[in-house]
Amino acid sequence: MKKLAGIVVFTVGLILLYGVSSLDDFPSWGTPDSPANKSPLSQYFIKNTIVDTEVPNMVTAVLADYRGYDTMFETVVIFVAGLGIFAVVRVFEHGGASRVVTADTKPDIIITNTCRLLIPLIQLFALYVLAHGHSSPGGGFQGGVIMGASFILVALAWDLDIALKRFSEKQAFICSGIGILIYAGFGLASVFLGEEFLNYGIIHKILPGVDSPEMARYYAMLGVEIGVMFTVTSIMFLIYGLLATRGKMTAGL
Amino acid sequence: MIFAFDFIILLFLIPVAIVALQLKDLLAAAMVFGIYSFLMCLLWAEMGAVDVAFTEAAVGAGVSAVFMIATIFNTKRNSSD
Repeated sequence: MKKLAGIVVFTVGLILLYGVSSLDDFPSWGTPDSPANKSPLSQYFIKNTIVDTEVPNMVTAVLADYRGYDTMFETVVIFVAGLGIFAVVRVFEHGGASRVVTADTKPDIIITNTCRLLIPLIQLFALYVLAHGHSSPGGGFQGGVIMGASFILVALAWDLDIALKRFSEKQAFICSGIGILIYAGFGLASVFLGEEFLNYGIIHKILPGVDSPEMARYYAMLGVEIGVMFTVTSIMFLIYGLLATRGKMTAGL
Repeated sequence: MIFAFDFIILLFLIPVAIVALQLKDLLAAAMVFGIYSFLMCLLWAEMGAVDVAFTEAAVGAGVSAVFMIATIFNTKRNSSD
């Protein structure tokens, strides 16, 4: 059976390789005549992103503005993934046994001191990735994952209880909800001002110090990315806590 | 696309992918999967998709490896398959 599966995988692989390499209608890498480059949509994005939104990084502009719905529901997917893992794994122990501290579970001095140095830098880098996502690679998702990783590092180096003292389970769930509400709030704000959902240009009427729709789009994208970061950070931390402790949310690895 | 870079990355990538599937020790497989993600990240960056490379480095090589190791810690370490 295993050999048969191997033969099937090998044959399918060969067919795929043939399909992407030797057929004439498959465009070669980076060619300007490929269907993706010739479509009017990508032409529009390349020409008008900087005019419409003042954002130099086209990827961020497409992600957070032109297809804002998609990114909003991606954030909801992450939120629902966290809720799903919570629903499947979490166990509540009433009057549970107090945890046993042995010599093995004491945090190591070298590791904790290294993490003391590293964690602020990681969090600062996460904020940089978030704030600089407009002009360099990065944005809410990446910044959120890096920020979540810094909390996971606290839990790995010390203990999940110490990490939960700084960012409790309840706070994490509230923050993940707040993230989506921030995102949807920007959409609803543009609805109340008389535009379509997530068409941020109109927000310049209520943002202080912003007088053009382009700059309003720029700042609304930043706000939306902050919302994404809230959700991703807290859900990453929650997933780690639930998986590492079999849903008990105490002690940890 | 620089041929030499592509060649070297793919030279490592394909054996790493096969090894990650073949290993019986799941902890080692999770580590090798992290290496696979990192090589994919290099490949994305080399093809000019820097945003995707960034996401791959943060999510694929960073957090998902931690999730897998946390799960293996609470289940069995050896695959019976």
